Amino acid sequence: MARKLSFRGAINEALRQEMERDKTVILMGEDIAGGTNAPGEQDAWGGPLGVTKGLQPIFGPDRVMDTPISESAFIGAAIGAATSGLRPVAELMFVDFMGVCFDQIFNQAAKFRYMFGGKAQTPVVIRCMIGAGFRAAAQHSQCLYPIFTHIPGLKCVVPSSPYEAKGLLAAAIRDNDPVMFFEHKLLYDVEEDVPEDPYTIPMGEANIVREGSDVTIVTLGRMVSLSKDAADLLAKDGIEAEVIDLRTTSPMDIDTVLESVENTGRLVVVDEAHPRCNIATDVSAQVVQNAFGALKAPIKMVTAPHAPVPFSPALEDLYIPSPEKIAAAVREVHAYA
Amino acid sequence: MTDAIQSVVMPKWGLAMQEGTLTEWHISEGDTIAPGQEICDIETSKIANALEATISGTVKRLVAKPGDTLPVGALMAVVVNGDVSDAEIDAFVKKFEDEFAELMAKAEASAPKAQSVEIDGRKINYLQMGQEGPAIVFIHGFGGDLNNWMFNQPNLSEKHRTYALDLPGHGASGKAVGDGSFAMLSGTVVKFLDAVGIDKAHLVGHSLGGAIAIAVAQAAPAKVASLTLISPAGLGSEINMDYINGFIGAQRRNDMKPVLSMLFANPELVTRDMVNEVLKFKRLDGVEDALKAISGSVFAGGKQANLLRDALAAVSVPVQIVWGTEDRILPVSHADGLGGNVTVTRAPNVGHMAHMEIASEVTKLIETAAAS
Amino acid sequence: MLQLSRDDLIHAYTRMRTIREFEERLHIEFGNGEIPGFVHLYAGEEASGVGVCQHLNEGIDYIASTHRGHGHCIAKGCDVNAMMREIFGKEGGLCKGKGGSMHIADFDKGMMGANGIVGGGPPLVCGAALAAKTLGTGGVAVAFVGDGGSNQGTTFESMNLATVWKLPVIFVFENNGYAESTPSSWSVSSGDIVKRAEAFGMPGMQVDGFDFFAVYEAAGEAIARARRGEGPTLLEVKLTRFFGHFEGDAMTYRAKGEVEALRENKDCLKIFRAKVTETGLLEAKVMDEIDAEVKKLIDDAVADAKAAPYPPDSELLTDVYVSY
Repeated sequence: MARKLSFRGAINEALRQEMERDKTVILMGEDIAGGTNAPGEQDAWGGPLGVTKGLQPIFGPDRVMDTPISESAFIGAAIGAATSGLRPVAELMFVDFMGVCFDQIFNQAAKFRYMFGGKAQTPVVIRCMIGAGFRAAAQHSQCLYPIFTHIPGLKCVVPSSPYEAKGLLAAAIRDNDPVMFFEHKLLYDVEEDVPEDPYTIPMGEANIVREGSDVTIVTLGRMVSLSKDAADLLAKDGIEAEVIDLRTTSPMDIDTVLESVENTGRLVVVDEAHPRCNIATDVSAQVVQNAFGALKAPIKMVTAPHAPVPFSPALEDLYIPSPEKIAAAVREVHAYA
Repeated sequence: MTDAIQSVVMPKWGLAMQEGTLTEWHISEGDTIAPGQEICDIETSKIANALEATISGTVKRLVAKPGDTLPVGALMAVVVNGDVSDAEIDAFVKKFEDEFAELMAKAEASAPKAQSVEIDGRKINYLQMGQEGPAIVFIHGFGGDLNNWMFNQPNLSEKHRTYALDLPGHGASGKAVGDGSFAMLSGTVVKFLDAVGIDKAHLVGHSLGGAIAIAVAQAAPAKVASLTLISPAGLGSEINMDYINGFIGAQRRNDMKPVLSMLFANPELVTRDMVNEVLKFKRLDGVEDALKAISGSVFAGGKQANLLRDALAAVSVPVQIVWGTEDRILPVSHADGLGGNVTVTRAPNVGHMAHMEIASEVTKLIETAAAS
Repeated sequence: MLQLSRDDLIHAYTRMRTIREFEERLHIEFGNGEIPGFVHLYAGEEASGVGVCQHLNEGIDYIASTHRGHGHCIAKGCDVNAMMREIFGKEGGLCKGKGGSMHIADFDKGMMGANGIVGGGPPLVCGAALAAKTLGTGGVAVAFVGDGGSNQGTTFESMNLATVWKLPVIFVFENNGYAESTPSSWSVSSGDIVKRAEAFGMPGMQVDGFDFFAVYEAAGEAIARARRGEGPTLLEVKLTRFFGHFEGDAMTYRAKGEVEALRENKDCLKIFRAKVTETGLLEAKVMDEIDAEVKKLIDDAVADAKAAPYPPDSELLTDVYVSY
């Protein structure tokens, strides 16, 4: 039975159901319960933004483990444990903290299977928060998924809604490869219908969230809802935009994008990451390589600028792509003769 | 004269419907309309369908434009009887829209919600609409769910207690179906009648649900007041296994869409959202195993395993069958030579989903059966 | 010494001799230009790897290694032929020729890999220990770290985490005196690495790494403690390497005659042989026979590796993912 559930609740439910389903699934991270060994409450926080609240009381401190603030050690431990019989879900808190543990992710987890001739299997999920709009400034607001997408051996999931988050997280946990799972913090309070039963959404299958025949908008994460808003604005002017949610950047379902562009001939790619070497450039390059003949207009990219995320609300709001900016880009490619 | 001003609003077709898109008006400002007249086409997350007028009068203003996506209950048109000034209509529209937010909240609160009972250790999910009158129970087919009746159940619930259930392995019911046998499915429906306190019901069954309805009438004749069967299974051995296996096997949108297209005489009725809804169901843990078990049991060897022609002939209550002549899943020829109490309506230009494709006709037939 | 059976002693000597022969031979083959890439040799340090791994079970116990990983592989029971093929980059290598010397690994033997990143292993070992603890296998995990790795943040973090989570981990610091070309006497702020144990809330021991029996005894105590669920232990093994940091290292940073003196006076194999013959535990003849067998084993492995084909082109894209 579907009922309204928040993005936060959907992730919590996926974790709980997967832990019930498989005893080798464990969680670890800084303050994911909170208060371990403190004189006050246990499970005091349930994660800095309350995403894992209530899980430690169900599964106990041996399966929902607080860690020292020591990302290299516990992310590495999650990876090591994944190679030796567990299915850990580690929370890196903010993706911006990858700087202090990246080696364990991209040199160790990502490469084990290849380097070791197929003998290693590393079923680890690393959850982390991404995204601007939280007034959290330059070191807590980035969208760094393009960096991970670049690395062979990693899978990258960027869910756009509660339904998507629950099914994609369950799929990530059951997957036998290392998966990076990026949660946009402005989505946590978004609600929609989510089935109570466990389910999985396959990785590498984009979702057409809105059909349209004039322009294709390819996007992901929080930008999906902004792109839908833009499409609604455009529909008032008779421009029908097709909106494609990539869901996963690795693997990437470029076929669905190409199919749409073959039909519309016009492409706008919306990505909250910085403009250089991001998902927008990647999608654009693949479309140009594979569907150049179908293009009737230059591709437009709507992204954050090549600047750190600013603190001041006035500047941060300017930094993030908006439905108006997306609509303007669509109008431009639509008008191109 | 404000009581002479009436509204046409976005209808609610089924539990899941929250909004609909007006695709085309069949009326213009100045036209006179009457109840039953198709006034516009609306596309929902499930299917496109025509909206029938429930009121009469002169169309004074088309508030919604083709392409608009509106929440359920939103104002689409203003219809008047007698002389009404433009100013009065402006005031009506303004008042309506001001009150709409409140209305929406109220609609949300009073909207029927699915419930569940436990039968043989398995959760059975169902939607009850209407608290009074004779009982009508809807039984969907293979791979369907209670929302298949979204165009029929709301109207019928005005004068009837209506129940649409999710069969084992389907919708939001329990997904563990054991051997998936036909006896388990029909036995569950018999027990469901007891579990929700129905002494006697008019059964409406589609496809596999039609065969189940026959089996229920056979097993518990005292509980059945009439049967309305839409393209029922159980009346011949052939079944389109391309559909069954395609439905079980399809994991992606591009694979599922052609499979679902087989259901309808007009494949364009299959919307993106309909495909997405089916994929959402299919992604649930246990669904694939449940469908395989049921198919392996009731369609063993690519043929229908349970033939119920004799059972149907023995049913003493009225039986009516509606069958699309373009049905590509179960051939309409299965309706030939049934005799007994059976009335057969062969619907031209209709496929396997008459209750959706010609929803109002089927609703009327059910209403007639339930009234007799 | 007396706790070791004759079979144990033969096993230990065979493995140490195999490592020595393997590494001495690689030194020659590398010089001949037969081996691609970077090779870091373990010769001189055999008593450490074997002294520790003699206590370990292939099935449940894990080790993670360093750049200098061949010895740990052999000590943990990896197949020497497949190792040789791997180091030559050939088909049938332990890692299908896709890892090479710096990433040589065999998860089936609990060998989590040599590591191209200094300090890469300790966090992973914490994970293997956590899995053993959570799954109740009774297993332990050993992080082999060099004196270079002893200064990495990952190592500090892992020691802290292992104590906080009370993990069955043994941190074995093989202090061979040089991190690449930089002496540990200069780069390790505490002088002795063992002093750091206290800071991370675990017992520490320092042992003579030229003496197999000293390593064996200390490791035994640490591993038993871990198996009892009492948490991690730090073991600093003082030893040296006979070759450079990598093959091709002219070792101009070392004192004149340093290596020659070590080979003469601090060769763990010579010391082992002297101890067991003096006490009458093993006869020289038995060890001579082992030496001959090992020599043949390595000769055959090299011949086999040289004759083996390179991996087919199709291997370029396999094993990137389990499924993609």
